[in-house]
Amino acid sequence: MDKLALDIAHFLAGSLVLVSLMLLYQDRLPALLNVFAFQAIILALSVAWQAYVQGASDLYLTAAITLSVKAIIIPVALHRMIRRLGIHREVETAINIGPTMLAGLGLVALSVVVILRVTVNADVFAREDLAFALSVVLLGMLMMVTRRNAVSQVVGFMSLENGLILAATGAKGMPFVVEISVAFSVLIAFIVIGIFLFRIRERFDTVDLEAMDDFRGESR
Amino acid sequence: MTNWAPLDVLLWCILAHLVTSGVAIPIGRVSWARWPVYGASLLISGVACAYGLMHLIAQSSVAWETVLPLGLPWIGAHFRLDALSAFFLVVINLGGVAASLYGLGYGRHESAPERVLPFFPMFLAGMNLVLLAADAFTFLLSWESMSLASWALVMTHHQEEGNRKAGYVYIAMASFGTLALLLAFGLMAGPDGGYAFATMRADGAPSGLAGLVLGLALLGTGSKAGLVPLHVWLPLAHPAAPSHVSALMSGVMTKVAIYGFIRLAFDLLGPISWWWAVPVLIVGAVTAVLGVLSALMQNDIKRVLAYSTIENIGLIFVALGLALAFQGNGMTAAAAVAVTAALFHVLNHSLFKSLLFFGAGAVLTATGERAMENLGGLLNRMPTTGLLFLVGSVAISALPPLNGFASEWLMLQAILLSPELPQWALKLLIPAVGAMLALAAALAAACFVRAFGISFLGRPRSAAASNAHEVDRISIAAMSILAVLCLLAGIFPAIIIDAVAPAVQTIIGTRMPVQTDIAWLSIVPIAESRSSYNGLLVFIFIAASASLAVFAIHWLASAKLRRAPAWDCGFPDGSPATQYTADSFAQPLRRVLGGFAFRVHEEIHVPLPGNGSPARLIVTVHDLIWEWLYEPLIRLVNVLAERLNHLQFLTIRRYLSLVFGELIILLLILASWT
Repeated sequence: MDKLALDIAHFLAGSLVLVSLMLLYQDRLPALLNVFAFQAIILALSVAWQAYVQGASDLYLTAAITLSVKAIIIPVALHRMIRRLGIHREVETAINIGPTMLAGLGLVALSVVVILRVTVNADVFAREDLAFALSVVLLGMLMMVTRRNAVSQVVGFMSLENGLILAATGAKGMPFVVEISVAFSVLIAFIVIGIFLFRIRERFDTVDLEAMDDFRGESR
Repeated sequence: MTNWAPLDVLLWCILAHLVTSGVAIPIGRVSWARWPVYGASLLISGVACAYGLMHLIAQSSVAWETVLPLGLPWIGAHFRLDALSAFFLVVINLGGVAASLYGLGYGRHESAPERVLPFFPMFLAGMNLVLLAADAFTFLLSWESMSLASWALVMTHHQEEGNRKAGYVYIAMASFGTLALLLAFGLMAGPDGGYAFATMRADGAPSGLAGLVLGLALLGTGSKAGLVPLHVWLPLAHPAAPSHVSALMSGVMTKVAIYGFIRLAFDLLGPISWWWAVPVLIVGAVTAVLGVLSALMQNDIKRVLAYSTIENIGLIFVALGLALAFQGNGMTAAAAVAVTAALFHVLNHSLFKSLLFFGAGAVLTATGERAMENLGGLLNRMPTTGLLFLVGSVAISALPPLNGFASEWLMLQAILLSPELPQWALKLLIPAVGAMLALAAALAAACFVRAFGISFLGRPRSAAASNAHEVDRISIAAMSILAVLCLLAGIFPAIIIDAVAPAVQTIIGTRMPVQTDIAWLSIVPIAESRSSYNGLLVFIFIAASASLAVFAIHWLASAKLRRAPAWDCGFPDGSPATQYTADSFAQPLRRVLGGFAFRVHEEIHVPLPGNGSPARLIVTVHDLIWEWLYEPLIRLVNVLAERLNHLQFLTIRRYLSLVFGELIILLLILASWT
């Protein structure tokens, strides 16, 4: 394996982790969506680079799907949605940037330690890619846990999916079917959650999930 | 047909049982449904019994094996038929034949046949399957199907509060037992997943874990067999089922549990260490004594029988413990005597306990009563049932010339060999266990004198008892077959011992000396100079002396026979309540032994002179094991359930956080592992 190719792959995967960390401290929804679109673009680049390096032409298709669906269609749709909901100027107060960033850094360190220890005998190329992918997954989960707004949780979920795609393309010979299904699952999740958001909105006048807890007669 | 492998036939039998069970579902409510269902079970059990017997008698060391592509794909379902399985197949299917035959008659009175008929063949199939299973997965699956089918049968009359409680306790204990077995097999299989018995047999227990596996096996099979303190479900569940099912559960299912223990401890666990015997002996002895003491305190006749089952299981485990002790020291001849005694008693107990449960079922049919305080005088009204119940009682009390004596005598012979053991711990323990065994045997005799005397002798204590009638002929036929088998096994023990020998050979590696060659059908377990027993001689002596006595009385007695009312101490028309009752019969033993075993408390209220109200005697009996072991456990479970209940009502975000936290913890463990 060419050293330059390895470096570029690592550079792209590392950027993906970096952008995931950037997602953590976006407290305005439009900015969050923009960063998410940026993450998707980097993912598309990374997948395309893998396609070039591995000589697997079907991965180009995955990259195109990622670019079109995750970087363009979903962010644009979500932008329109938050505008129609009238929450595009709201500032999410629940997140506490300092501790969240520290937790995120801890997660990245943890995943690097875990993966490097567990996959001692694995292919070098896949190994560090997997570490980055696990970081992205964990950061996405962290976002789902720390955010209250339904839209931010959707973004967290899709960021998690991005991590999965990174892992899937990093490993050689992953069948194309898997990526298709992953892409579709994200699309379906997006549609379902979109419809769900409007439902919540209609009923409670807010997309703050805490309101649903109040409705269940519980208080935090 | 002769070129069929016995194992294939047996598997087909199990399938036939399952098909019968399926057929029974749609026709369960029809009044004639018991004929095809019990008829089919009778036939199938008969075939299975015959094939088991054929394999046993052939004395071949050949084990039939087969693997069916069922169950987990990379394991498959292994089945194996060796002499040990064959012996237990005979015991179980003999019980199945008897119970099916009895069910043909008894089933007429069943109020909810649609709840019994589908599960009865399924129960038989489950038990047969356990005996043939040769990998952990199949074994546990059949074990569970046996438990579930019997649970459904216990719940037949679920309208009664007591039966629901019995079912609940039973299913909880059954799950616990299966969990223990699951862990035992998991440890045996090791990280490589060698779930087939053949692999386990080759590898033995992982080093250092043999004791743990033995403990788990004792817990798992003991909870099904009814070892103290895991016996609490047994006296609740066995009487709750219809009587022929009670007979199957008490006489037969407990034997499947014993098979499981033998298979694990003697066959799969590898080389036996002498100290394994210590827990088995202690638990067995305590079970025997506590079981029979509890039986003496009971008033419900089916409960007496259930507690007596616990006692007999204790005896069998004592014999198995002896075998472990001898085998662990390389004294294979002595071990063979102990195992033969255990297996002989397995057969005997299945015979007479089924007989007694059938008798109790006949009493229940005739009177609608299970409480002995409401029975009495049944011998005049149901003479045949009474006689057969008497045979069962004599057999279970271990009186010669019946079969109970032969097997318990063999057990004591094995105990008398214990001074030859090198370990002082065993030298001191085994005589103490022997004393407990003798105590249990004596108490068992008292218990069945009480059970028979109060129920069948004296005068009827209730209108139901005085209006009782003899039961139908099919029920009596089923009981008679078992009674005759009890007698035959007692008179000709040598034949049984030789028939059991291949099973003993497979687990111990040696067998008792051939008995059928010895003159006059005596049995000589070790040497002529030590001890011998001749059931036939004892039988002839008893028969001759009894007929001589009868003849002498009738010959020599005065011919001037006059029938008159018994002298009534000046109280004409004495109430039947002035007879000995079940409680008053048990009182001396209750006072002597109940104090520490049950914390019995008697309170006597005598009214002052001039006050016409009746005197009262209030007896409180505590079940200490339930109060000290199970009640704290139940409280603990309730408190934990209360705490964990909060987890049901969290927000989505908290659930996500829990999952996330769990993942992080697992990753941290993984990171710090290597």
